[in-house]
Amino acid sequence: MSKHTLSVLVENKPGVLTRIAGLFSRRGFNIDSLAVGPTENPNVSRMTVVVDVAELPLEQVTKQLNKLIEVLKVVELVEIASVQREILLVKVSADRQTRSHIIETAHLFRAKIVDVAAEAVTIEATGNSDKLEALLRILEPFGIKELVQSGMVAVGRGSRSITDRSLRSA
Amino acid sequence: MRCSFHESGDEVKDGNASRPGSTLAGSTPEGPVTGAQSLVMALEAIGVDTVFGLPGGAILPAYDPLLDSTQVRHILVRHEQGAGHAAEGYASASGRVGVCMVTSGPGATNLVTPLADAYMDSVPIVAITGQVSSRFIGTDAFQEADIRGITMPITKHNYLITDPDVIPRAIAEAFHIASTGRPGPVLVDISKDALQAETTFVWPPKLDLPGYHPVARPRGKQIREAARLILEAHRPVLYVGGGVIRAGASDELRELVELTQIPVVTTLMARGAMQDSHPLNLGMPGMHGTVAAVTALQKSDLLITLGARFDDRVTGQLSTFAPDAKVIHADIDPAEISKNRLADVPIVGDCKDVISDLIIVVRSEQDAGHRGDFGQWRAQVARWEATFPLGYTADEGGPLAPQYVIERLGAISGPESVFVAGVGQHQMWASQFIQYERPNSWITSGGLGTMGFAVPAAMGAKVGQPQRTVWAIDGDGCFQMTNQELATCVINKIPIKVAIINNSSLGMVRQWQTLFYNERYSSTDLHTSHQQVRVPDFVKLAEAYGCVGMRCDSAADVDTTIKAAMEVNDVPVVVDFVVHRDAMVWPMVPAGVSNDLIQTARGLTPAWDRED
Repeated sequence: MSKHTLSVLVENKPGVLTRIAGLFSRRGFNIDSLAVGPTENPNVSRMTVVVDVAELPLEQVTKQLNKLIEVLKVVELVEIASVQREILLVKVSADRQTRSHIIETAHLFRAKIVDVAAEAVTIEATGNSDKLEALLRILEPFGIKELVQSGMVAVGRGSRSITDRSLRSA
Repeated sequence: MRCSFHESGDEVKDGNASRPGSTLAGSTPEGPVTGAQSLVMALEAIGVDTVFGLPGGAILPAYDPLLDSTQVRHILVRHEQGAGHAAEGYASASGRVGVCMVTSGPGATNLVTPLADAYMDSVPIVAITGQVSSRFIGTDAFQEADIRGITMPITKHNYLITDPDVIPRAIAEAFHIASTGRPGPVLVDISKDALQAETTFVWPPKLDLPGYHPVARPRGKQIREAARLILEAHRPVLYVGGGVIRAGASDELRELVELTQIPVVTTLMARGAMQDSHPLNLGMPGMHGTVAAVTALQKSDLLITLGARFDDRVTGQLSTFAPDAKVIHADIDPAEISKNRLADVPIVGDCKDVISDLIIVVRSEQDAGHRGDFGQWRAQVARWEATFPLGYTADEGGPLAPQYVIERLGAISGPESVFVAGVGQHQMWASQFIQYERPNSWITSGGLGTMGFAVPAAMGAKVGQPQRTVWAIDGDGCFQMTNQELATCVINKIPIKVAIINNSSLGMVRQWQTLFYNERYSSTDLHTSHQQVRVPDFVKLAEAYGCVGMRCDSAADVDTTIKAAMEVNDVPVVVDFVVHRDAMVWPMVPAGVSNDLIQTARGLTPAWDRED
């Protein structure tokens, strides 16, 4: 098993998310993360789905996705050839002694302090999973009060876009 | 106004030929119509001649203009499940898209089984359901069910329409999607207010299906590679599935077989794709397949898989299925290829194209002197056929053998008939002991295994092919699930014939209890004939519906009874064949084990390690 990032272009119609999520669950595939949003074309939405599967089942996932009428294109984005980012908001316990230390840590990760309270600070960080996991490991001892993460979003490197015909569909 | 439409580059290939003349009084394409009228006009424009359905609150508006249509015949069923299976039977027998129409909530949920059935067996049907008015959707309104959400996993596609202007396009797309590529069911759910609102009927509509690319031409490279493997193989088998039937590729298949002289197995869904009378047709593979078919696959070095999907009922334990075989896998659905068994040569395409292309390449290879030599293999396969023919033992003067009844039924009614089976022992016997000589002469519920399929599906088949004799071969268990459609048959003059293979039990379950549960018959006795208890009495039940009812319980009377049933052509006939309840389906591969362990009778496995 390994993680694979799929970019799925779909028609922007009601029910599409249910269709995709339903397909994953009934075919027995686990979604690690899923992020949806509009694209440069208002009729098209883009889903970034991270799945944890072996190579052959991955082929089955993409084939099944392609069978859905409202799916326009499925492309696998390989890590080295794409930019992959998640956003994370974490509320960390902080008092007078630890606050500056936490802020320093955040800056080391190019994260931002977006809220400060008497007993906590909230940090916003973006990056790939490895970076965000590293940040959390360091923040852990201070006491994480609350954590929320967006799904992964990803885009291929280079000048070509996913809608180019030349880009091979998965 | 109403003819074929070519939009978005997608050629509409729905089987329903366009027919002339809308007859809707008072509605013209230009003037305002209701959504309901627009719906009926769309159905007419697309060439629909029959709708099986049952009205109710939310779909009521659509039933009003339907009354005025002289083109669309509405057949009122007694249960929505019957409408769905009837649409399937109509589609399977005629090759045209079957249509059913029901109301919201329970009406729609009663369609779930037929939709799942049609999805598994790739049957092109369009289901139209009424939905509560759009302003009530999501409020748990009376007879509200999210049928679109419910049927997402069991339809090829589905729609929820709340805008009347979209109705013609949705209907056109539904027929297009149902009938092209890998066929399947499409559901169109229309809210009551959309049916009532004013709109204009625009035809042909512009299809908007940017993500739907149903047909790919098979790649020449793959075809050549397949041909090379075929001619190099020593023990090839054509593993033919229902895709060949749906593709209408029987003639091409026969030509390929003649050209290559390679043995053929036809799965449950492919019975009739190749003539059973052809010496190279080994019959059905799988759990209850012939020894020759099962063994040929097991010993093969090349499976030429055409429109089949390596279903568990065919492969048995997958890891030991055809262990020495390379696999050519052709299917119109790319997702079937390498799903269960890795394909060495994957070919995406319609079986008709694939086989035609294969014929061309194989023939040119043969002309160049590259002929496969399968003589030895054919001889070996023929020996298996001769040594282990399908058979059964019937006690002279003892209880009637169900296999005999079915065998005689096939022989007397003949290959031009349509045989529709339910699910269970009678289904397996009907697949084994009737000689199928043409595609679409055999209709059954394969993938889903839906008990109760036969009577309504036979009704639909008879409507689709009125000139043919249509036999529903049913079990006493199956029959009791949907026999209310006999009323529909009587009233609408659809003279189907029903042969109940009455063993007074849920026979297949009982067989498993006999074999695997120490003959502990838990909840399998149906009391429909054993020890003269008849609850119900099927002859009386038939007569109560206005059908002709007959009973037969001895071998001596089988032929005369069948012939008598064949004489009745104005009303449905129901024949209660009271048969031996301990008859079992053989051969059998017990579930989950290797097909090498096929048993020809209880405890009897052929010994392969001799010469063969």
